[in-house]
Amino acid sequence: MGTAVVTAPPQSRARNLGKLFRDGDQITHFVTFLFAASVFLVTVFLVYELWIHSGPSRAKFGFGFLTSRTWDPVADQFGALPFIYGTVLTSFLALLISVPLGVGAAIFLAELAPPRFSNICTFLVELLAAVPSVILGLLAIFTLVPIMRQSIEPFLKHTLGYLPLFQGPAYGVGYLTAGIILAIMTFPFIISISREALLVVPREQREAALALGATKWESTWQVVVPYARLGIIGSVFLALARALGETMAVTMVIGNNTGIHTSLLSPGYTIAAIIANDFSEASGDMYLSSLVELGLVLFALTMVLNAAAQLLIIATTGKGSKQP
Amino acid sequence: MNRIARRNIVNNVMLTVTGICTVVTVSVLFLILGYLVVNGWRSVDWNFFTKLPLSPGEAGGGVANAIVGSGVVVLIAMVIGIPVGFLGAIYLAEFGGKTVPMLIRYTADLLNGVPSIVIGIFAWTVIVVPMHHFSAWAGGFALSLMMIPIGLRATEQFLRGVPNSLREASLALGASKTRTIISVIVPAARQGILTGMILGVARIAGETAPLLFTSLNNQYWAKSLNEPTAALPVLIYNYAISPYEDLHRQAWAAGLVLLVLVLIANIASRWVLSRGTTAQRG
Repeated sequence: MGTAVVTAPPQSRARNLGKLFRDGDQITHFVTFLFAASVFLVTVFLVYELWIHSGPSRAKFGFGFLTSRTWDPVADQFGALPFIYGTVLTSFLALLISVPLGVGAAIFLAELAPPRFSNICTFLVELLAAVPSVILGLLAIFTLVPIMRQSIEPFLKHTLGYLPLFQGPAYGVGYLTAGIILAIMTFPFIISISREALLVVPREQREAALALGATKWESTWQVVVPYARLGIIGSVFLALARALGETMAVTMVIGNNTGIHTSLLSPGYTIAAIIANDFSEASGDMYLSSLVELGLVLFALTMVLNAAAQLLIIATTGKGSKQP
Repeated sequence: MNRIARRNIVNNVMLTVTGICTVVTVSVLFLILGYLVVNGWRSVDWNFFTKLPLSPGEAGGGVANAIVGSGVVVLIAMVIGIPVGFLGAIYLAEFGGKTVPMLIRYTADLLNGVPSIVIGIFAWTVIVVPMHHFSAWAGGFALSLMMIPIGLRATEQFLRGVPNSLREASLALGASKTRTIISVIVPAARQGILTGMILGVARIAGETAPLLFTSLNNQYWAKSLNEPTAALPVLIYNYAISPYEDLHRQAWAAGLVLLVLVLIANIASRWVLSRGTTAQRG
């Protein structure tokens, strides 16, 4: 090909070059397609591998895996319920804290704060989302856990101890502490996305409410927030998906207890935490396979939530996924 | 009158509450940074960056192997992740039709939402199991999977932000599509692409969970990429849950170093973006 180009007369050389470039376009097209397709293939492969490696566990326990509360590596009996319970409970606690806090801050940043100040605050909140999870865990172990053990948990037991939710010894580690850490990890998402959703509410909506004599709060709470509700709910779903899959910080403060406890002060376990703790030391195929199946359960949970969140966010802001 | 007064009080109270929410959420970042600086800065010294870890109880020692190990693992992730993210995005933005890019975009979002610990399991099944040992390769592969969706979506977004008139001008001058992409479109979007890549690296640099059972850990220097390798986030985790005071101090110091690096990368990406004029944020 090279020699053909060199020996050809000028005109045909140009034509050859043109052909080469057209072919070049096809090569570029093909190569870039391969790379793009690899993203698809690797994701499919991921699901396939999880499915295959959880095979022995799925065959042995069936759907009973999801409802059994036994976790006994010695007897090779595994059930996911304590971990599903811990995961759902800690995530729920996290949202209980982070939704009011996050939506409140988003309202302030979108409706009240001057744009410049609002942008700076949002940037700082987004930086918070970038703090590695292990660093939050480190802080939690050495600052939050002692505070919980010495003041907050005794206080809760003293004032609300008649409820089954606040009983038992104050260890400092447990569902509640994990929930607080998860709240810190999730509110940046809620703030950043809810703020976007609030910012795209048309000006006329606010003006109409104010013209009818509503106070600033009434117009915000009764008109603007309902208008942006899909985006806000979407941000909550996204935060929930993050909370469910969060590993390191939770592993460091959850307390590693395979029981199911009503008390929020009690140590527990989450799906991600048991995988992180036991995977590299798991002996026996059934043990490993059960851990992989837990991973599969976690994957399925977060996938459903993420998809729902994406749809809701697209429905309100008319944009694709937004990474804070 | 009474009713109006009540409504005004509610107004003021609730607006104040939202302000407090903002103060609380924003101050968390400063609390984190402050705690790390207070507890960690004394242990950040020359030894910290240059020495290997000593056994607990001995004073001194550093985390040099973990710093280098983190660098190596992240580098492997970049070598895999950046080409895939970059070239894949060129396909999505410049070549794709409708259905195929939509499918790929959807799976990229899916991959982005996969919990990091599950990514770790996947890397373990496809690399650690066949190779029969933990390695830097496995860790880098796991991290690349977390980086690809971020780089892909960001690059695509900025490529799409390049005005069509630029494409048409280049094609009208007789340039091929490949030449147009290389000489016109990518340069026009370079700030945005760079931002996306920096954000991707910043995210994976602090990841611990995918490394726990892929690159594992190593007390010493890893002699090759086929050996277990120490990494800064894993080291922080191991030190934090250990019972030794010395190790706790080093964990604080390592946390401070890691956080500062991650924050710098995030701020740098924002700075690069703010300097960009040709590429709009889409």
